[in-house]
Amino acid sequence: MTDAVIGDVAAETPPPSYLGAGHTLLSWLTTTDHKRIAILYAISITFFFFIGGIAIALVRLELMTPQGLFLTSDAYNRLFSLHGIIMVWFFLVPSIPATMGNFLLPLMIGANDVAFPRLNLLSWYLYVLGAAFTIYTLISGGVDTGWTFYAPFSTNYATGYVIAAAAGVFVVGFSSIATGVNFIATAHMLRAPGMTWFRLPLFVWAMYTVSLVMVLATPVLAMSLLLVVVERGFGLPIFDATRGGDPILFQHLFWFYSHPAVYIMILPAMGVVSEVIPCFARRTIFGYTFMVYALIAIAVISFMVWGHHMFVAGQSPLANLVFSFLSFIVAVPSAIKVFNWTATLHRGQITFEAPMLYALGFVGLFTIGGLTGLFLASVPIDIHATDSYFVIAHFHFVMVGGTVSAYMAGLHFWWPKITGRMYSEAWARFAAITTFLGFNATFMPQFVMGWNGMPRRYHHYPDIFQAWHVMSSVGALILAVAYVLPLVYFGWSLLYGRRAPANPWNATGLEWQTSSPPPKENFHRIPRIHAGPYRYHASDRLPMADDRTPVRPQGETP
Amino acid sequence: MSDAAALREPWPDLQRQREGVTVGIWLFIASEVLFFGALFLGYTVYRTLYPEAFRIAAAETNVLYGSVNLLLLLTSSAAMTIAVDASQQEKRRTTLVCLGLTMLLGTGFLLVKGLEYSDDIAKGLFPGPHFPLQPPQTQLFWAFYWVMTGVHAIHLATGIGVVGVFAFILWRRLLPLGSPAIVGVATYWHFVDTVWIILFPLLYLVDRS
Repeated sequence: MTDAVIGDVAAETPPPSYLGAGHTLLSWLTTTDHKRIAILYAISITFFFFIGGIAIALVRLELMTPQGLFLTSDAYNRLFSLHGIIMVWFFLVPSIPATMGNFLLPLMIGANDVAFPRLNLLSWYLYVLGAAFTIYTLISGGVDTGWTFYAPFSTNYATGYVIAAAAGVFVVGFSSIATGVNFIATAHMLRAPGMTWFRLPLFVWAMYTVSLVMVLATPVLAMSLLLVVVERGFGLPIFDATRGGDPILFQHLFWFYSHPAVYIMILPAMGVVSEVIPCFARRTIFGYTFMVYALIAIAVISFMVWGHHMFVAGQSPLANLVFSFLSFIVAVPSAIKVFNWTATLHRGQITFEAPMLYALGFVGLFTIGGLTGLFLASVPIDIHATDSYFVIAHFHFVMVGGTVSAYMAGLHFWWPKITGRMYSEAWARFAAITTFLGFNATFMPQFVMGWNGMPRRYHHYPDIFQAWHVMSSVGALILAVAYVLPLVYFGWSLLYGRRAPANPWNATGLEWQTSSPPPKENFHRIPRIHAGPYRYHASDRLPMADDRTPVRPQGETP
Repeated sequence: MSDAAALREPWPDLQRQREGVTVGIWLFIASEVLFFGALFLGYTVYRTLYPEAFRIAAAETNVLYGSVNLLLLLTSSAAMTIAVDASQQEKRRTTLVCLGLTMLLGTGFLLVKGLEYSDDIAKGLFPGPHFPLQPPQTQLFWAFYWVMTGVHAIHLATGIGVVGVFAFILWRRLLPLGSPAIVGVATYWHFVDTVWIILFPLLYLVDRS
């Protein structure tokens, strides 16, 4: 952010990058460098993304005909359960925080590393341990509870490997808690001199708020799964209605985590998009402070809306009303964000590089996902649409159309910074557009058939839904192609890509002021921050030395 | 021994590192509070629904074992506090002795808990088909008894392990006495103690007067 810093770095010979700091496998497996841990996470979650993707590809193939093609009902149940468990806990929850968050948080606040580097490495090993349980579940025959593990089915009746699957999710939960603790401590304790709270990039704010939700929600999931395990494994009656237990209690505990978990998945996506859109619209983000307060509001309100998952589970009408109202309230800060992204585009000089295409796709798809969420927050409409494909389409618009699009936007945006290489822009744009088209082809038909009564989790269905299912499956095929493409051109870029300059997009964030890829210690010396991260307007471009306004924060000596 | 040996990446100085450890451990404890919070919620729901069954069931807990354990843990926390103060005054022997005492008292807790568990099992108080108490909701109380004390015991055993490793590190002079890590270890220990202070009345003092 300061020209002085740029000058300093340029004057000296560049130190070796973090990638060159060790070449053995051991140097990667024992690293405490946040940038390398981010890479370890990226490799692991990519692996699980494709496992979860294969599971759902088989499901979509099976649904091409009303009688099914090749799966037994039991195998079908296990496939969609596996898809849910893997995609939620082994891809979406860690996706942006554990990869880009890990890589960028210290770079964006001007720190050498996260607060607890060894805890950071431990979090990856916890992820791997949880992953091992999940792979064991997969190999030994899977689990058929769906990703929600509802009692009493999971405790008494399910035939799959519930304990192993729950253990996997339990352990991976502690990996998120470790990441969350680390990020919050880092944001509080390690900001560079002059990096005040309201000079933080919105991506950092997103990491901060999502970490709060991770730290406070995940333990409740851990306990609810532990209770399922003790009931199933040791026969202790926690949710057993024959001895006075209440299965609905499980749903309350589960959704107390799992609704905030939706925001664990979407807040980081909002952070990414808030970085990408200003850069390619050449506009300062519109309404920065409102964007910050909206993130905080979403994080807080996310804890008070879980009951909207239980409108038909026998809650009192009063509880339904309160949860419905609060669910409408949470749409307000989300809408503020959408309006502000749109206002940022207004009078911008927009260019359509691949990250921007993904980010614009995010805004559109997230808006549709959010608005259909309002349908479902309304009790009478939800009673009609509960457990239908309408719900499936709604949350895939938010989770896939939203989070995965933003993940791809961020991956393309920061790829040159992370790897030091450029990728093929033409192929990347093609993949971005294909993703958008394939996504809509997959999930738009699901809204229609869901509204017309197609229930979720059903293996066989009436003939009238076949046309919609075929459309959806063809869309899924297009989407699959769009997700494999980046694997190819990113792989190509690693080997043959043009060397990336320090700041290929001419962006103004602090992470772009160090070399690509960054040196092991991120910055030559800890930078001094004199201004906010979005400086795209001509008036902001004056050299910092000419800036006579007293911007020094309290306590800093000149 | 110099402070430099205790300073770790990425902290600029020891004071900042100490604050960082404090922030980190309290965030972790916030997380732990919600972990136990889910249990307390379930307990509260069922006790409100079935007060009579909970009264009958809780009368079977052994308040002597529970009280002895409360005493052991409170004393262990006192020892831990002395260890922290001693470490900050560079009193090496006192620090190590008090850490050892903390572990010893914690282990004592686990031994008493083991005796209590074997008594409970001998009385058939593990929920199942031949549970001795009626109505069936008494089994809910005992289910929570086993989960709550079990999860607490796992936390305590972890705590003993952490204190042990930390005492070993100090003893072998791998870290200086002034290391901020002791703040984290001690805060965790006090948290585990506090959980027992809450569990004790919930499990042993229901309707006892």
